[in-house]
Amino acid sequence: MSTVPVNVCTGPVRRPAHAAWTPAVRARLLGWVLIGLAIVLVVGPFLWILMNSFKTQIAILSGAWLFTPTLDSYKDVLLSRRSDFLSGLYTSLIVATASTAIVLFIATLAAYSLHRFAWARWVVSAFLGWTLAFHVIPVITMVGPWYLAFKELGLYDTKAALILTHVTVNLPMAVWLMMSFFKQLPPEIEEAALVDGCRQVSAFWRVTLPLVVPGLVATAVLSFIFSWNEFTIALNLTSQTNATVPVVVAKFANDYEVQHSQMAAASILATLPALLLMFFGQRFIVQGLTLGSVK
Amino acid sequence: MRRTVNQASRRRGFVGWLNSTFKHWSLLPAVIVFVVLSVYPLVNLLRMSVSTIEFKGGNEVWSFTPARNWSAMLSDPGLTPTIYNTLLFVAVAVTVEMVLGLGLALLVGSMTRGKGLMRTIMIVPILVPPVAIGSMFKLMFNHDFGLFNEILAAIGIGPVSWLGSTSLALWSVVLVDVWHWVPFVFLILFAAVEGLPREVLEAGRVDGATRWQLLWRVTLPLLAPAITVAFLFRAILAFKAFDEVFLLTGGGPGTSSELLSLHLFKVFFEQNQLGYGAMLSVFTIVGVLMLLSLGRRIAGAAAAP
Repeated sequence: MSTVPVNVCTGPVRRPAHAAWTPAVRARLLGWVLIGLAIVLVVGPFLWILMNSFKTQIAILSGAWLFTPTLDSYKDVLLSRRSDFLSGLYTSLIVATASTAIVLFIATLAAYSLHRFAWARWVVSAFLGWTLAFHVIPVITMVGPWYLAFKELGLYDTKAALILTHVTVNLPMAVWLMMSFFKQLPPEIEEAALVDGCRQVSAFWRVTLPLVVPGLVATAVLSFIFSWNEFTIALNLTSQTNATVPVVVAKFANDYEVQHSQMAAASILATLPALLLMFFGQRFIVQGLTLGSVK
Repeated sequence: MRRTVNQASRRRGFVGWLNSTFKHWSLLPAVIVFVVLSVYPLVNLLRMSVSTIEFKGGNEVWSFTPARNWSAMLSDPGLTPTIYNTLLFVAVAVTVEMVLGLGLALLVGSMTRGKGLMRTIMIVPILVPPVAIGSMFKLMFNHDFGLFNEILAAIGIGPVSWLGSTSLALWSVVLVDVWHWVPFVFLILFAAVEGLPREVLEAGRVDGATRWQLLWRVTLPLLAPAITVAFLFRAILAFKAFDEVFLLTGGGPGTSSELLSLHLFKVFFEQNQLGYGAMLSVFTIVGVLMLLSLGRRIAGAAAAP
């Protein structure tokens, strides 16, 4: 090293003769090794599955690490006649998009209302208490009554049933997220708009809403992903025609148990939207997942 | 509270009306959704729990049979193992996740570089469909060519039946749950670690505290609220576990890895016992809500001092 570190008070810093293996350096090295291990443990399974999705059934059974990659299993999952993957993809896209849009609309208004207006205390605690309680109970307990109700209404095995239930399931999280984003805004901004003669509605629409766009994105991304991933409801409220991607993937895993490379390919395909959203909105996702839990 | 008298709201017309009723109509859609899609079904669940529902010629026939549902519960051979498995699953999985997540958060927090990369990687398991995770691990647990048995074979240990043995199946499910949720605990606690006041730690160091003393006397007490929140989150969500166990073992072999949600699913949709399933659901809901209120009390106590 050409430059010697200098302490402004005491002059040049003298290093111990064998600086390389001080306990601090060893601790740091151990830290890097552990972190490397953690990365391998998280990423490893994906890579192994990715590898297997390009194998033929024979290559999988022989456990070969060297093989000729083939796209056959992807073709089979996407295009073969007995696979419902494409129709599942279509259903999932519609259900996730529609339920996200509705959740965003309802939750933003509700969160704003609870945050901004002088609701009686019991209203706020009843509403938030109910959302919390509903969020923690296992969703399978609600599927029974939903099943009966939707049968009665003729909505069993429709996209509408899935959209409605996904809206209900994601609403608590969306309301809390939006409330915490509204709380971060200084109240003076909106008050200034009101003093200037803005109506409450336009103050909300023109002033407050543009300021919580990051919150809207975080909420939208998370509810889209949760709707996309949802399995329990979709499994029980739909049959083949309106099966979503997770239901199709589960079918691959359970019914065609011998077709391992297709199973791998279906898993990879089902994971892609989440990965895409992650690259696009990572900052928002982290904010959404950790918000409220730290404060 | 923060109400400003403003002239604009007194103007007439549709927008004026929209404005003067803003407070009420903005909350209304959410209330409607909750009443129609959660309060009403919950009331229906209570009714179902004391009834027998049969389908005759496409019609539902309800009859009032609380005693029958009760005795169905007492004579359900799967119930005791299910409760035992669920408690064991929640206790072990959540404990391991908390320890690993906290350790990783402290470790990454102490690094000077690579924090962003670490966070990016750790988000992936949280966002991947649980069904895809179940399907992936089902392949990796495969007896003949799965990754786990390949690794074991490389160090000279014979193939293990990860999902097919009664003594191991539940632990394989725990392993997958740990893989899935350590990143979530990490993410929450890492945010808390990054928010620790540096001056306090610095002061401790200047006063000559050792690493262990800093960890036990300064860092962990400061992290206590975040740790409690992460723990509550995980404990409650662990009771809901369904997707992975449905794919991995389906509760088997026998009832060796049957968890609560999966058992409810079987009672409802495989045995078609809507009444008994509803009764079991009601007890589940009561139990989970009791745990929640207990947890909140503990969390309140942890945040107070």
